Formats: sequence, C-alpha cells, structure tokens
Amino acid sequence: MIKVLLFAQLRDDLGKESISLEGNSWSVAELKKKMTADYQLASLETVMTAVNEEFADDDTILSDGDIVAFIPPVSGG
Amino acid sequence: MNFKLSKEPIVIQEVIDKVVKRDAGAVTTFIGTVREMTKGKKTLFLIYEAYEPMAIKKLEQIGAEIKERWPEADTAITHRVGKLDITDIAVVIAVSTPHRHDAYEANRYAIERIKEIVPIWKKEHWEDGEKWVGNQLETVPYPSGKPKETDIHD
Repeated sequence: MIKVLLFAQLRDDLGKESISLEGNSWSVAELKKKMTADYQLASLETVMTAVNEEFADDDTILSDGDIVAFIPPVSGG
Repeated sequence: MNFKLSKEPIVIQEVIDKVVKRDAGAVTTFIGTVREMTKGKKTLFLIYEAYEPMAIKKLEQIGAEIKERWPEADTAITHRVGKLDITDIAVVIAVSTPHRHDAYEANRYAIERIKEIVPIWKKEHWEDGEKWVGNQLETVPYPSGKPKETDIHD
C-alpha cells in the first residue's frame, strides 16, 4: 500500500487529502502517470514529489508503506 | 524548537529571543506580511497550508545550510499557517551573527530558500475568486540548487 498526500490545487481538484493505492515497485514517474490517468489531472509535470518527507526524482522506486506527497510549486514566505 | 509552524499569530520577540547570544553583535529579522495589492489585484485574505512534518524538516535544513555557510550564525524561523488577513505576519526569520554583514546575508538566504524548498502554499482570496498561488506559473519550482536571479527579485 502506498499513501499519496495531496496539497493545494491538487487537494481541491481531487476533493481529498490523500489516496491509498495498492501497488509496488512503481517508479515515481509511473505513479504520476497512473494518477494523471485515473483522476483526469491536468498535469503532474510541474509538481515535485516527496517520498517519506524528502524530495525524490521521477526514477525513485516506491515500496510498500511509502508515503508519497505531490508538492505543487511552493508559495510560502 | 528554532524552526516551527504556528496556527496562532507569531510573536516576533519570541523568535528573536531564540537567537540572542553573548557573542552576537547583530540580529536581523525578516517579517513577511500579507500584502493587499498584487499586480493591481486586491487580496481580501490568504490561507496558508503546509505539509507540516516535511515543512519543519525543510526549515531545519535551511538552518543547517546557513550554519555551513556562516558557521557563527544562529537561525530561528516561524511560519504561520491558516487564515491570514492583510498586514498579518506570515513568517518571521531571525538570524544572529557576530557581525552585521553576515546577519543580513544569511537572513536573505533563509527567505529565498523558504520560497524554494519548504512545502507551504498560499491560497489568495479576491473579491472575484480564489487561487492557489504557484499553480499558474506565478512561482517557479526549483527543488535543488540556488534560486535564479530573476526569482530573487520577485
């Protein structure tokens, strides 16, 4: 099980704060592709990804229990 | 707890007190506030949302990066989350160093890094709508490295 956390516009678009997915050994790129298709998201291309609270690139392989967060361009400060 | 998020109004003095030390000759503070007019558009209020555990880690990382570049600097950062009105304080950064030059530079570094790597988002509410800033290329993602010159002056 992989938990995906959503923030900002993505949270509003999907109407939920997180999604749990059965799956294993996906890369971040594959997860983005699947999410884009399953939820008709415009694009996750400009969205950064964190795995277990650390930025990760598209090649990162996910394992069971990972917490993935999609991080839209940040606007704090 | 030099790096934190706050649901309550930030008390500036509390942030400063965390970096006051006997060998400091300078403490710089940056106070980020909610601006009413942006490119001719009037903001009514803002909502700040954070991925809290990661945001705190990234604030701590900024503190560590400052320590690497300015070993004598101490840093404290508090960022607000929730609903903020015009003129409310969104962020306070305090940096102390033995000499003023480093305190200014390190403080500037902290705010630029916040705008790059800390997972905090603001939703602008206007009279005619609302929008998460950052989702329409008003800000540029750059997860690693230094900010580009154009971003610094934004």
